[in-house]
Formats: sequence, C-alpha cells, structure tokens
Amino acid sequence: MRSLLEIADDELVLGWRDSEWTGIAPLLEEDVAFSSIAQNEIGHARALYELVARERGTTADELAFDRAPDAYRCSRLVELRLLDWEKTIARHYLYEQADAERLERLKRSDDAEVAGLAAKIDREEAYHRMHAQMWFDRLHGEPRFTSAVEALRPFVDAGRDEHTAELSELWDEMTMVRRSQPAGTKW
Amino acid sequence: MVTAEQVWDALSEIPDPEIPVISLVDLGVIRDVGVENGTVRVGFTPTFLGCPALEVMRDAMAERIRGLGAEPKIEVLMDDSWSTDRITPAGREKLRESGFAPPAPREASAPTLVQLQSNVFRCPYCGSTETRLDNIFGPTPCRSVRYCTSCRQPFEQFKTI
Repeated sequence: MRSLLEIADDELVLGWRDSEWTGIAPLLEEDVAFSSIAQNEIGHARALYELVARERGTTADELAFDRAPDAYRCSRLVELRLLDWEKTIARHYLYEQADAERLERLKRSDDAEVAGLAAKIDREEAYHRMHAQMWFDRLHGEPRFTSAVEALRPFVDAGRDEHTAELSELWDEMTMVRRSQPAGTKW
Repeated sequence: MVTAEQVWDALSEIPDPEIPVISLVDLGVIRDVGVENGTVRVGFTPTFLGCPALEVMRDAMAERIRGLGAEPKIEVLMDDSWSTDRITPAGREKLRESGFAPPAPREASAPTLVQLQSNVFRCPYCGSTETRLDNIFGPTPCRSVRYCTSCRQPFEQFKTI
C-alpha cells in the first residue's frame, strides 16, 4: 500500500504540473496533449487513493488534500515547476520510463485488484509514453534538451523523504478550495 | 418485479455524456446486471480512469433503475476487463456515422507510435486510409486527432484501449 501511495502522489502532483501548460503551451496540439495527460494522471491518482483509502479507513480526498506537504510520498522530480519546454519534455521522458517499470511490477502483484488497476493504468500510460517518445525523437541531440535530461536525471531515484519548497507552494494552490470549506464538508 | 432485460433496455437509453450518439450499452462499459430482491446491481467500467463524466453516468444509471421501481447499486470496476473491443458493432457504426473513426482492435502488446503514424486508419467520411496522425491527444482522453489527406478533413480517432 505504501508503494501505491507513492505512485498516487506522483501522479497527482505531476497532473497538476502538467496542467500548468493549459492555455500557454508553445503549440496548440501540446496544450491539448498536456491537458489530457494531466487529466489521466489525476484519474490514476484518484483510483489509487481509493484503494489505499479503503485499507486505511479514510477517503481518497482526505489522502489527496488533507495531509501536510511533508507527509506526501511523491518524488522531487514531479514537484518542480518547469515552465521551460525542454525541461518539461525531459521530465516527461524520465518519468514515463520509471513509471513503466513500476507498473510492470504492479501488474504482477498477487493482489488481483492492484494488478488489474495497474494493467488499466498502463493501457492509458502507453499513450503518454508514445508522446514522450515522439518528443524525445524530435529533441534528441539538442544541447538544451540534453542538459535538461542530465540535470533532472538525479531526481529520479533521489528518495521521497525530502521535499522541495515548490511542493509547499503547489500544495497551497492545490488545497485552497478544499481548505476554504469547514472540515467534513461533503463535496 | 423488474427483470434484467428491462434494466438493460433502460440503460441502453442513456447516452454517453461526451459522445451522445452512442449509448452506455453500445459502448460496452456496462459489464453486468444482477437483480435480487428489488435491488439492481450494475458493474460498470469507465473508458478512462480520469473520465470527468463518471459521476454523471453513475447518477444517470441510478435514476433509470429507480424509475423501474428498484434500488440501484452501481459498482465501478477499475480493472483491465473493459477494452474498446467491447464497443458493439452497432456502436461502432454510430461512431463512424458521426465522424468518429472506431478504434482498431486491441493487440497483445500496447499500440506503438509507429502504428499510430502509419496509414492504416480509415477516414470515417470518405473511407480512405490516406490519413495522418495530427495529435495523439484530442478533446477527450479517449480520442486522437487525425487528418485525411484524401478528402482533406480532420477527424477524431477513438483510441484503442
């Protein structure tokens, strides 16, 4: 369940970061692409939170929004606010590779529910991987892209106990609406 | 006493909220219907997990079942047992008539970029396979955008899941 929470937190936070391109991506096609990817990632987060929430006797919303920023289990890779195209693509490429590996592991889980959900998520992620591959093929060998990949690569396995200040800023934004209502409000 | 057949008929009248030409039954997302002691249990799979219409569809199903005088129990199944192969032949035809190219069959391995970029996808308007991929993503998660170089029309391609 701990690894499910890590993936859920990654997908939630990355979904928010991807959605920052909505309306301002350098190409209209990419505006659509990153908005759609964001929607998928947040959908995956919701499904994973629901599994963890049932185990812990809580709700998906409470897991997603009612923890303090330092209790999140996401990777620092997804926390960074990267509004430079080559950095966004570099993260997308690195993240999708790492995500594919852990989904393969989850698909072989002894827990049929976890394996089934991982398989469904992986069907959707296949389209994210294609998109990352398409951009990797385009930018491969470009110095700006190469530097971005090298700068971000150390974040892939950097652990999940320490977080960036950027996560706290995002958390403020992400939980603002929920915090504006008294605890226990039905959404 | 309500029968499973009556439930299927009632559910077949619910349009997909994002592609209203096709019903939830045509889409194949209603997996099973069970009737027991006045309760109707429906197993249902979202096309994509991030589908924003999930609650709308669940409420619509519950309302139809209450309309039959039974208590609904809608179970959302989040596994890999639904695929776009479950869209019915009638559903595929309705999609095509409305300018949505129906999905290619699911294969053992995930689709690849090379496949998406190849010209095997048929234009729903003129039937030509001279079509190119414009965007892997489209107006909703389940669609890609393609362009037909034969009749010069953009069209939406249902993704294979």
